[in-house]
Amino acid sequence: MNDLSASLALAGDLVAAGDAKLAAIVWLSLKVSLSATALSCVLGMPLGALLSVGRFPGRRPLIVLFNGLMGLPPVVVGLLVYLLLSRAGPLGQFGLLFTPSAMIIAQTVLITPIIAALTRQVIEDEWREYREQLRSLGASRARAGRTLLWNARFSLTTAGLAGFGRAVAEVGAVMIVGGNIDGVTRVMTTTIALETSKGDLPLALALGAILIAVVLIINAGAYLLRQWAERRWG
Amino acid sequence: MQVFGMFRSCLIVGVMLVSGAQAQDRFITVASTTSTEQSGLFGHLLPVFEKTSGIKVRVVALGTGQALDLARRGDADVVFVHDKAAEEKFVAEGFGVKRQEVMYNDFVMIGPKADPAKAAGKDILAGLRRIAAAQAPFVSRGDKSGTHAAELRYWKAAGVDLATTKGPWYRDTGSGMGPALNTAASMNAYILADRGTWLNFKNRGELGIVVEGDKALFNQYGVILVNPAKHAHVKQADGQAFIDWMVSAAGQQAIADYKIGGEQLFFPNATK
Repeated sequence: MNDLSASLALAGDLVAAGDAKLAAIVWLSLKVSLSATALSCVLGMPLGALLSVGRFPGRRPLIVLFNGLMGLPPVVVGLLVYLLLSRAGPLGQFGLLFTPSAMIIAQTVLITPIIAALTRQVIEDEWREYREQLRSLGASRARAGRTLLWNARFSLTTAGLAGFGRAVAEVGAVMIVGGNIDGVTRVMTTTIALETSKGDLPLALALGAILIAVVLIINAGAYLLRQWAERRWG
Repeated sequence: MQVFGMFRSCLIVGVMLVSGAQAQDRFITVASTTSTEQSGLFGHLLPVFEKTSGIKVRVVALGTGQALDLARRGDADVVFVHDKAAEEKFVAEGFGVKRQEVMYNDFVMIGPKADPAKAAGKDILAGLRRIAAAQAPFVSRGDKSGTHAAELRYWKAAGVDLATTKGPWYRDTGSGMGPALNTAASMNAYILADRGTWLNFKNRGELGIVVEGDKALFNQYGVILVNPAKHAHVKQADGQAFIDWMVSAAGQQAIADYKIGGEQLFFPNATK
């Protein structure tokens, strides 16, 4: 208990001191994980709609696959992306390894299945409810998919937040493809891992408390935004 | 259509963030060991070099084995590690241009202050033999790092055949120096560590130095430029500038100046 309260006090001190280095690390974490979430929404949401509204051979195995990929181990994703981006790998000439871009790519691979699978679930329920109506209006499946995505946009924020939560909390993938380089690719989670390695457990825990606070603030912001938008346009 | 509008704005934001996140500084990538990073040496050294040269140094800290593998794949410009045999192999294979010695420190054997195996003293081999005989808990890095390679060399020299004597007392953790020390602290176990990481390590629990000062515990660090003939994109001039500075009088002095609590961590010994 002593450790915990000491860590919380330390977290408060760190925030109060407005340490520029800490701010840069938090900012990079947010930049990387929000970018990955945005990209994953662009990729995963249409994919989820396709899986729920579309009818094509192999749909069911694909649904199972994406559900399963929600459990992708970050360290495996990191390793795969590392091998792709390494100078000796197929995308090596772009020199992306050990850059924030590499971290965004890895997190996008990690959370696109989560967003796709959650979107599929939401849209499938919508599809069941509105299928007859959409059909009677003569909407094609593609048109129906788009309409349902738009209809469900408020529910889909949860899918986005689930993806973001996973991205900002993982350490295995960004450690491998980012390299935890000071001032370049060091984010919240890799800093926590580093301080744990140094045996500075109170500082590591304090950073963890700050990370949780940041994630809570983002979620609260999304919740308020959604309520406001629902009132305005819902 | 609205959906596409929404996705398009997401995409634009994403691309902006990605491109904004890309720094275009002049920099080199150095694959190094956790001991140099976690002891705080780089935090002291690199700002000095960056100021004189204008070259930023991006350090990826791994075990020596991993750092050399990374460089073999062309993902670093310079390696700065501590396993002479592995380094010489790296150069002999043509992946490195030339190995230069930079500095040394020493390994220390850490263990419970109560020393249940009576391993304390100045003789690392005798200490290890006593630990094996007492089957006292021992934590091994087990990650092909320079420290792991050294540990295996000492067991061999001590005449302890791990393949046959290894039991539950020998914990192969497969982790970096810091995590392995954390494990040892919670198990109250013996462990071989580099002095720098130990001095900078805070979660010591009941542990202290048990064996130190044996000549065999000497730990040499070397620096190697990755061979541009193998990997054309290696930043040869800037990488060489870093190596030249490390072995120069200014670089050597900067290494000697790094102290924790008044204690010098690394001792420069570059040979031109």
